[in-house]
Amino acid sequence: MDEAFLVILIKAVVVVFVLITAFAYTLLWERKLIGRFQARYGPNRTGPVGYMQPLADVVKLIFKEDFVPQGANRVLFQLAPMISVVAAVTAVAVIPFGGSIDLWGHNVELVGADLNIGVLFLFALSGLGFYGLILGGWASGNKYSLLGAARTAAQLVSYEVAMGLSVIGVVLMAQSLSLVDIVNAQADTAWYVVFQPLAFVIFVIAAVAETNRAPFDLPEAESELVGGYHTEYGGLKFAMFFLAEYVSMIIISAFGATLFLGGFSGPLLPGWLWLAIKVAGLLFLFIWLRATLPRLRYDRLMKFGWKVLLPLATLNLVVTAVVVALGFAN
Amino acid sequence: MALEDSLKGFAVTFRTMLKKPETIGYPERKTPVFPRFRGRHRLWLHDNGLEKCVGCSLCVAACPADCIRVVAEENTPEHRVSPGERYARIYEINMARCIFCGYCELACPFDAITLENEYEMSERTRGDLIYDKEMLLAPHPKPVPVRSEVP
Repeated sequence: MDEAFLVILIKAVVVVFVLITAFAYTLLWERKLIGRFQARYGPNRTGPVGYMQPLADVVKLIFKEDFVPQGANRVLFQLAPMISVVAAVTAVAVIPFGGSIDLWGHNVELVGADLNIGVLFLFALSGLGFYGLILGGWASGNKYSLLGAARTAAQLVSYEVAMGLSVIGVVLMAQSLSLVDIVNAQADTAWYVVFQPLAFVIFVIAAVAETNRAPFDLPEAESELVGGYHTEYGGLKFAMFFLAEYVSMIIISAFGATLFLGGFSGPLLPGWLWLAIKVAGLLFLFIWLRATLPRLRYDRLMKFGWKVLLPLATLNLVVTAVVVALGFAN
Repeated sequence: MALEDSLKGFAVTFRTMLKKPETIGYPERKTPVFPRFRGRHRLWLHDNGLEKCVGCSLCVAACPADCIRVVAEENTPEHRVSPGERYARIYEINMARCIFCGYCELACPFDAITLENEYEMSERTRGDLIYDKEMLLAPHPKPVPVRSEVP
């Protein structure tokens, strides 16, 4: 540990606080933007421009009854949302918000932990997140929750493969799995979206599928399976699943911004502000997709993941590998 | 081909986002109602101050929801309320039962009762929703904007 423990503790607290606030306002802005896409206002009564709406929602959910259904596995029922939240929030530890800055004589790296396997860590965490879903669906004691959880897990696993392959192209070009190194490599050359446009498109599509967002949200579509794996959850536990979904959306946008759009690098403005702008741009894309496209039927969703995205990602990887090996990528 | 259609869909939502929303911000702004809108009832007076209603109870007979209660009383020379033989001593409409169909307005031979355009009639108890004659004779406390018939 070349940084003082206190510094790391303060960074952790600040970053998690920022993440939770970002979650709350992503929630609000999603509702307002979807409203605007549908020619109506979003929430605008709670506080000016609706800014107190997330507070109202959280307070409402906290005051609801905390129950465990009969026939559910008590321990796992309560554990599952916590696993989802932990897996989602921990991922922010490897997202770099800037280079190193100098605060009161201490050299502070604006990243929670510059792991040299940063990319792999993020994929491992989303794998852990699946446990939250599957346990939630199974522990509910409800066959429809279990079916929803199984469908969700199958969808997530399929799109994870395509996402992983699309990211390897970037890793080959940057010669490192560490996110800070990838950002620095992009500062030297151009943003990787210029070199890997196909990988970017595949990444975005797979990201939408990974976070169960429309148009890939059949596993949690209200009219199809009631709520999928979170049908039996109410109150604070439901709030935790909700938090995990939106936080993983923010994290995946930050991941995409770091890998393909240059992360925190950019002229004039401070690094974290550039990252915020890029993440906001990707989140806007997610919300725009949700407002525009109808839901994909489950079998088509799976066919698309395996028969279209996976071959394209493999093709991208092979071409990138050939180009890098022949030395054209410098 | 499918991609082109999807992209056109994206253009539609994006353009909608840039335009002003269609929502009318109730209660600060209210949608104007048409002149023949059937809202709260109103009992009318003649120009000389006598009530038009003579207590004939045709509105009671016409009402499909059975919400009007009329008790008539003879007009005496000292106490003359309406130009006919009788007047309505008690005239109550239970707004909780009323379906605002307008049959009472159509049934009345003296044009004593009409449906105006007020619709904001929430109360906190069911008892407050039984409107009596004084309330029905009075004009609306909160007028609702009226639009012309021609759009």
